Amino acid sequence: MEYMLIFTESAADFAKRNDPNEAPAYWGAWSAYAGAVAQSGIMVSGAGLQPPETATTVRIRDGKRTLHDGPYAEAKEMLAGFFVIEVPDLDTALEWAARSPASSYSSTEVRPVMPTPSKS
Amino acid sequence: MKASASETLDATVRRSYATLLGYLASRAGGDLAGAEDALSEALLAAVKQWPEQGVPERPEAWLLSVARRRLIDDQRKSQVRERFSESIQQALESADELAGSGEGFPDERLKLLFVCTHPAIDEAMRTPLMLQTVLGLDATLIASAFLVSPVAIAQRLVRVKAKIKAAGIPFEVPEREQWDERFSFVLDAIYAAFSCGWQSSFESQTRGEMAVEAIRLGDLAVALVPGEPEALGLLSLMLHCHARRPARVDATGGYVPLDEQVIALWDHSMIDRAERVLKTAGEMGRPGRFQIEAAIQSVHAQRRVTGRVEWLVIAQLYESLLTFTGALGARIGHAIAVGHAYGAEQGWALLDALPMDRLEEHQPYWAARGHLLKQTGRVEAAREAYDRAIGLCDDAAVRGYLMGRRNAE
Repeated sequence: MEYMLIFTESAADFAKRNDPNEAPAYWGAWSAYAGAVAQSGIMVSGAGLQPPETATTVRIRDGKRTLHDGPYAEAKEMLAGFFVIEVPDLDTALEWAARSPASSYSSTEVRPVMPTPSKS
Repeated sequence: MKASASETLDATVRRSYATLLGYLASRAGGDLAGAEDALSEALLAAVKQWPEQGVPERPEAWLLSVARRRLIDDQRKSQVRERFSESIQQALESADELAGSGEGFPDERLKLLFVCTHPAIDEAMRTPLMLQTVLGLDATLIASAFLVSPVAIAQRLVRVKAKIKAAGIPFEVPEREQWDERFSFVLDAIYAAFSCGWQSSFESQTRGEMAVEAIRLGDLAVALVPGEPEALGLLSLMLHCHARRPARVDATGGYVPLDEQVIALWDHSMIDRAERVLKTAGEMGRPGRFQIEAAIQSVHAQRRVTGRVEWLVIAQLYESLLTFTGALGARIGHAIAVGHAYGAEQGWALLDALPMDRLEEHQPYWAARGHLLKQTGRVEAAREAYDRAIGLCDDAAVRGYLMGRRNAE
């Protein structure tokens, strides 16, 4: 089954990416984690995302289009990236979620990916 | 609820949950789920009634009596079990008399331990079942400890209990000829509670809580079956490991490996107890896996006196351990000990000979590999192994430690 691991980070976590003292540990942990996922042969797809302040949100209500700078909703923990992995069951997906650096400081949400209808 | 009523109830649950449940399940023909429901109802009634009506003089007897009424009602309602209900009702009536008579009621907790670890039950579910039925832990805590979804674990526990009932798994202590094997399942399940998450998250709070619960189970096993050296060995092993918990993290939250821990931070009275327990086990003259593992921990603890780790002795103990178990953890530990005792090349040779198929995602293996590769001067391969260990790690303290080792010259 395919599961999406949805990584969230706080503003402080995002700031680590460019902090000279924190960045080596931050990127070291993430690249090791991504490497372990890749080497286990379970990676379907994935990406890291630029911080939430780079987001632009589009909304159309009653024919009226509004754009605003920033994410859809401000929260303590914001979307930072995701992996889609192919594993036998939820237990295995949870094991991989626990290993993500995000789980140690923010959180990782695990969601089953909806199966695509087969094209016949 | 008034403090005194709620405190009494908490204390009663902690002291007697397994005793009450074991007794009810035994009298209900081994219907664990039914007995649990009845006991829950009795506890709920206590929450409501004790603050108003006062705490009963003998709380256990009170709970038993309420639970018994509920069980009898259930028996009456159950068409399927009509044939049995008469005898069960009789048993329950006598149970109530017993509970009311002021005499103690029989201790059925050992049967409970054996039911939970019956070979017909999926091995992965034996420990969760034991934690729930013997200690009364809730499913959410068990789910967190075993990294399984709370909904899934709750469903699996329900299914397991339905199977116990449907398959007629007997609520009894096994016969002599099955004893050794069945008792080893009990000990394995207790150890699994202790070591849940051990493979990766050495330091998590959840793990600490589960370790305490597992030691409670170990104490219980020893109390119920005092003549089994392996039960003592397991208890000693758990006490040794748990005694060092305060020393595993430094002031900045960093992970400290065993041979670098500050001895003053160890819980010395717990270590003393671990040593006494192991000595008692040794005097019985029947060595086994848990006694040897405890002995290995005991050698580490002797650093208190000698100031050094006797790796030669540890390597020898691992060799005898491997005659009892081929578990990966033991084989990795053996390679590390040999590396210390006889040189990194020899340790590396042992580690490198392990079958890879079961180790791909085994974090301690990759950490050991990084360690031994580095010591034998294979710097680039060591970095790759450390990277893998870091990527498989689910604990921030250990992750930070491994990253430090990876980057150290």
